[in-house]
Amino acid sequence: MCVTCGCGDEAGTRITEVFEESQGQPRQGDHGRAGGHGHTHGNAHDSSPERTRTVPLEQQVLAKNDKLAMANRVWLTERAVLAVNLMSSPGAGKTTLLERTVRELGQRAPVSVIEGDQETLFDADRIRAAGSRVVQINTGRGCHLDAEMVGSALRTLDPPSASVVFIENVGNLVCPALFDLGEDSKVVIMSVTEGADKPLKYPHMFRAADLVLLNKVDLLPYVDFDLVRFLADAGRVNPHVEVLQISATKGTGMRAWHDWLCRQVAGAADTAAR
Amino acid sequence: MHELSVTQSVVDAVIDRMGDAEVRSVLLEIGKLSGIEPDSVKFCFEIVASGTTLAGAQLEIVEPPGQGRCRTCGEVLSLDDRILLCSCGSADVEVLAGTELRIRSVQVA
Repeated sequence: MCVTCGCGDEAGTRITEVFEESQGQPRQGDHGRAGGHGHTHGNAHDSSPERTRTVPLEQQVLAKNDKLAMANRVWLTERAVLAVNLMSSPGAGKTTLLERTVRELGQRAPVSVIEGDQETLFDADRIRAAGSRVVQINTGRGCHLDAEMVGSALRTLDPPSASVVFIENVGNLVCPALFDLGEDSKVVIMSVTEGADKPLKYPHMFRAADLVLLNKVDLLPYVDFDLVRFLADAGRVNPHVEVLQISATKGTGMRAWHDWLCRQVAGAADTAAR
Repeated sequence: MHELSVTQSVVDAVIDRMGDAEVRSVLLEIGKLSGIEPDSVKFCFEIVASGTTLAGAQLEIVEPPGQGRCRTCGEVLSLDDRILLCSCGSADVEVLAGTELRIRSVQVA
């Protein structure tokens, strides 16, 4: 373990392709992210007073991630693969939505999934059981996916051309909004049990969204959720965002979601043809 | 806690650009609308910089304010947060400034 910050290799990112039931645990043969855990462990330097010179850098902090995201975007475009980044709080229903989408959409277009979680292969097992190819990224301590992780997962997954790749981000309404993965669209899923105030509490996430899926609408009669306020606040944060009301468990609104996806697939094919 | 990743990106980018030069200070620009907490970056910086050429370096952060232009009435307005609302009632506001996340300069020995 690193004595500087307490991190260890066991906490680093791991990428695992899941072929069969794994009972949620990584198996032997999982491989970590190349390049270790991102910092070196030399000795501290003396900091005695001295003459210094100023060097202008004028560099975007996330330039490296943005460059890798652009490389992912080119890679996906060349293959006419549509990549959709799904983001939400933990428990909003991302995996349940994906299970249903894999079953229902899989007949119209090849679908594969990149699963992001801090630990376990639970979600990858569920997606695999629903009939899709799946690669699990375990971020260890990481609270979001980045373009490097997704690039590695895409090369492991090697999706066929004219297919759809869903990227299920780590459950978190804050950090994933900041990191471009090279995806075509960002979809934010929110459930009615979370409360209608989320667009104003997490404006970065809702502003980043191309589409908002309001999930678990079958529970609306049982929870105190102000739908009118939610739609108005989502519009205040992101005036052009589309909101679809769905229930991933009951199947409500799935046709509108599939139609939206099919429009994106057609768009990705057009872009690839140019 | 994406500030840890952001801070790691700052340190990595400076090392990429400056090589072995010992860095004494870093000037960072974190806009008010960027979604990054400057205090968290300061907290992470000492830990992330430790053991690198940035060990012990000062971190200075400037925070440009948010500014936007209303697409409905054309007014330029200052923005305190990500909830964009013009006095004309329109929420269709183009952000002009405040989302910066940039390394301006470094001082090296």
